[in-house]
This record gives sequence, C-alpha cells and structure tokens, in this order.
Amino acid sequence: MKILVGVKRVIDYNVKVRVKADQSNVDLTNVKMAMNPFCEIAVEEAVRLKEAGVASEVIVMSVGTTQSQEQLRNALALGADRAIWVEAESDIEPLNVAKAFAAVVEKEQPGLVILGKQSIDSDNNQMGQMLAALTKRPQGTFASKLVIDGDKALVTREIDGGLRTVALTLPAIVTTDLRLNEPRYAKLPDIMKAKRKPLDTLSLADLGVTPKSHYRLDKVEAPSTRSAGIKVASVDELISKLKDEAKVI
Amino acid sequence: MTTLLIAEHNSSTLSSATLCALTAAQAIGNDIHVLVVGKNVESVADEAASLSGVAKVLCANADVYEYALAEPMGDLIVYLAANYSHIIAPSNSESKDFMPRVAALLDVGQMSDICAVLSADQFKRPIYAGNAIATVTALDAKKVITVRASSFDKNAQQNDQKCPVETIDFVAESVLSSWQSDDITESERPDLSSASRIVSGGRGVGSGENFALVEALADKLGAAVGASRAAVDAGFVSNDLQVGQTGKIVAPDLYMAFGISGAIQHLAGMKDSKVIVAVNKDEDAPIFQVADYGLVGDLFTIIPEMVGKL
Repeated sequence: MKILVGVKRVIDYNVKVRVKADQSNVDLTNVKMAMNPFCEIAVEEAVRLKEAGVASEVIVMSVGTTQSQEQLRNALALGADRAIWVEAESDIEPLNVAKAFAAVVEKEQPGLVILGKQSIDSDNNQMGQMLAALTKRPQGTFASKLVIDGDKALVTREIDGGLRTVALTLPAIVTTDLRLNEPRYAKLPDIMKAKRKPLDTLSLADLGVTPKSHYRLDKVEAPSTRSAGIKVASVDELISKLKDEAKVI
Repeated sequence: MTTLLIAEHNSSTLSSATLCALTAAQAIGNDIHVLVVGKNVESVADEAASLSGVAKVLCANADVYEYALAEPMGDLIVYLAANYSHIIAPSNSESKDFMPRVAALLDVGQMSDICAVLSADQFKRPIYAGNAIATVTALDAKKVITVRASSFDKNAQQNDQKCPVETIDFVAESVLSSWQSDDITESERPDLSSASRIVSGGRGVGSGENFALVEALADKLGAAVGASRAAVDAGFVSNDLQVGQTGKIVAPDLYMAFGISGAIQHLAGMKDSKVIVAVNKDEDAPIFQVADYGLVGDLFTIIPEMVGKL
C-alpha cells in the first residue's frame, strides 16, 4: 500500500508572529520557517507504517513556494521515499490545495492519505476533509490512533470530551492530531541520503487545477493586547480581587 | 436570502455554542432556519422552535445520523443547500469534520472559526493561533461558516409562539465509514474546551503526583484542569490537557496558571481568557505580562492556602 502525506511549510511554532505595519498580512521576512507540526506527525505515522511492513512506499507532497522543497527534503530525511512539489503561491487556498492533492490521488492511487489536521498559520482545518469529499473517500479526522486492519482503517478520533473510533474502508483520508505519535528527529546520514531521493516538480496546470479565489484577505490586525495587570501580595488579596473586582469566583 | 444554522446538541438539549452561533447568524441578517440532525432528536427540534429569531426548524431524524459522521452529515447538508445563502455551525469537533466536506462538495471556500460578523460576506477570524486577526471577504455566492462560540453572546431568548418544524425525509448513506465505539472521559470536571474556569499547571509543578494540588484547586472551583506543553512533555499529565498553540485554544472566564512561565506557544492558547491569574516564583516570568493578577511565590504553599480559604 502506498501512503501519500501532505507537508506544509509554515512559520516555526516558537516564533512570535508580527503583523505588518500596513496591516496587509503578517510579516514573514527573515522569520524561521519549519514543517507544520501536524504534518510532522503525519510523516512520522506514515514512516512507522512502512517500518511495520503495512505500507510499501511513502510519498510526501507539498503545494507551495520554491522553499517548500526544504520541508520535502526534511520529510525524505525522516524516511519518506519520494517527494512531489507542486509550485504555488504561499497563500493558496485550502480548496485549491485539495484539488491538487485529489489529482495526485487519482494518479498515484494511495491506499491512505495522511495529512495534518490544520496548519498553524491559516488555522483553517479544512484540507483533509475537502480532499475526502473530492475523492469520495471516507475520512478520519483528528486521529490519535490509527490501526490498519485488512481493508479497513480503524481511526480513533479526538472529539469534544473524549475519543471516538470509526472504521473506514480503504482507501481513506486521515488527519492527525497531537497525540498520534511523537515525531523523530532526522539523523545526519539520513539528511545526506535524502538529497539523493527523487523529488518531482509539477505545476497546478500539470494537474489540471485552475486555482480559484474563494475569499479575499482585506486586513490583518494584531489582536487587542492585554495590559499587564497588577501584582498582588498575598493569597487573601488575590481571593478578594477575584471575588469583588473581577467577580469570577 | 436565508441562513441554515446547524445545531449542536447532545440529543436532549441544544448546546450553549448553538445559541452563540445563533447570535452570529442574526448579525448576518437573513431569515434563519435551524437544522437539527441526529437520532431521536424531536425534543431538540422542539426546543429550537421556540428560539427567538428562528423562522423554521428542519429535523432530520435517522439512525445514520446518530454519531454525526462526516459523510452522511455532508450529504444531508448539501442536499438542503440549494435554498440557502449561508450555512453556519458552531465550531466543534463535529462541525470541523463535516463543514469543509460541505464546502468542497459545493465547490466553495469555508470561513473557519469566525470571531466577528462585519456584514453578510465579511468576517473576522483568528489566524496564527489568535496572534493575528484577519478580516476576510467571502467571494462565493454560498457561504460555509464555522463560528468560534466564545466570541459571541448567547441568544437564549424564547418566543411565545413556536415556529414550524419540518421533517426532512432525506436519509444519507454511510457505506465507507462506520462508528465503532466512544470513549468519553467520565470526569466530574468540566471539559477543557468549554469550561468557564481553568486551573493549569506547568513545569513548575514538578511531577505528575504534584498535579494533585492543581486538581484539588480545580475541584474547589468547579474548574477544568489544563497544562502547559512543558508539563505534558515532562510526562506530568496526558497530552489532551495541553493548552497552547498546538493543543487546546481556550477562552474561559477565569484562567489560573501555576508554575507556567508563559512561552508564546502557551499564551497563544489562553490569552483570550477574560481574567488571567498567574502564580510563579520567578517574578520576571513572561506570564505576568498577560496576567490580570500576578502573585510571586511558591505554588506549593499558595495552592493549599487557596484551597483552604475558598
């Protein structure tokens, strides 16, 4: 079984985001970029399935700018076999990305597609579900456990208040939540080896996708900031402030 | 122009998030129909019919909808979509699952997690875990929207006269996906995502055993328990308690942080809380810069003192 994994290049999760002075967007100039944390978990899960003999090949794919190839190489160093880079603007919308993935799914026929549940930049949480709809495949979103059992994928999903397990008939789409696994770090020899692994370049046109704009970004603002508040000297003062001033207890 | 609001419920009552989403739907300005989907949900439909501002309730009642699986939910909503300009749902683990499916099947974009309605097609939504707020205009004729409930007040007003309830006979199929089991946390404590009070612990708590202190205070306050990523990484508590950019994003009325330094990653998950209390022995900890009330000191003496005095 082939597994297709999505990888997105995003701002490193430890970097503090700043809004541009003209409010046109956030400022990503000279900011450290990295693989989206949920995509790292997706890559790890696919590599583990290959190590367990369940998967035969792990293909990683990214739809984005030239620099997205760095994250694809990173995924190859973590154990993926080959990569597909689809050139696009960095702010390409989820439905357009889903259409590009759907075209690759059609061509590669993976038994499983594993994607991060959301990217930590646009926070849309849409692409996997959209891909499932477009490819008419069942979906298991926000997975904290994935078991392949014959022609079924048993996906334990993080839902409000607990966990829900669903059975999906393969081929299927799975999106990762935090508890699915703990991603490994790439080792130096694997990073060197990854440079020789195949990385194909495609355009959206090659995949028959004409990107459409479904929304327009009008403005990006910094959220209202909190003032630092006050320091209290004792537990008694804290309790009285919470009771009488903030009225929250 | 009519809006279809998809209700969140537990098969017996509507959730408060549905009432918040109703406020957002009213801000959009159209007539509002509420869709209640599930198994044995007639009483929920009846409850929705008395809500102020609702013109009609649609009730789809069938076994296949019992667990709100994305595939049948998506098919049902797409079946109903022709009559609506806006399809809107409170953001939760179910709507996050089926709404993007609806959008893709209708070939439109989705507005995720809106926190303000500026007009019928312009909205605000948090990006970068709430570190920036985007103003976005939806360009599609049909708008698919999920609503961050904590950003809107509840509309719990009742009408004396109930609006009509229409039964939807369309029964979607679910061939490729089936429910197997639920493992719902049987906790006396409220759910972290929707709790009105949260008591969180960080690396400063020191160990998993010491988290009993945090739990004792939470129980005293009727609060949920949260944790920083550092506490989760150190193995003190399980991952599902993590508040932060890669964990849960929360906005309770009261958030109390004990032994949490205030890394960006954590602040992104809790800075929209109404009142933040920080207790830390390091007076320079960044958490104090966002706290309404800071107390410098040792949590191991402060928590027991609080539990005793509350």
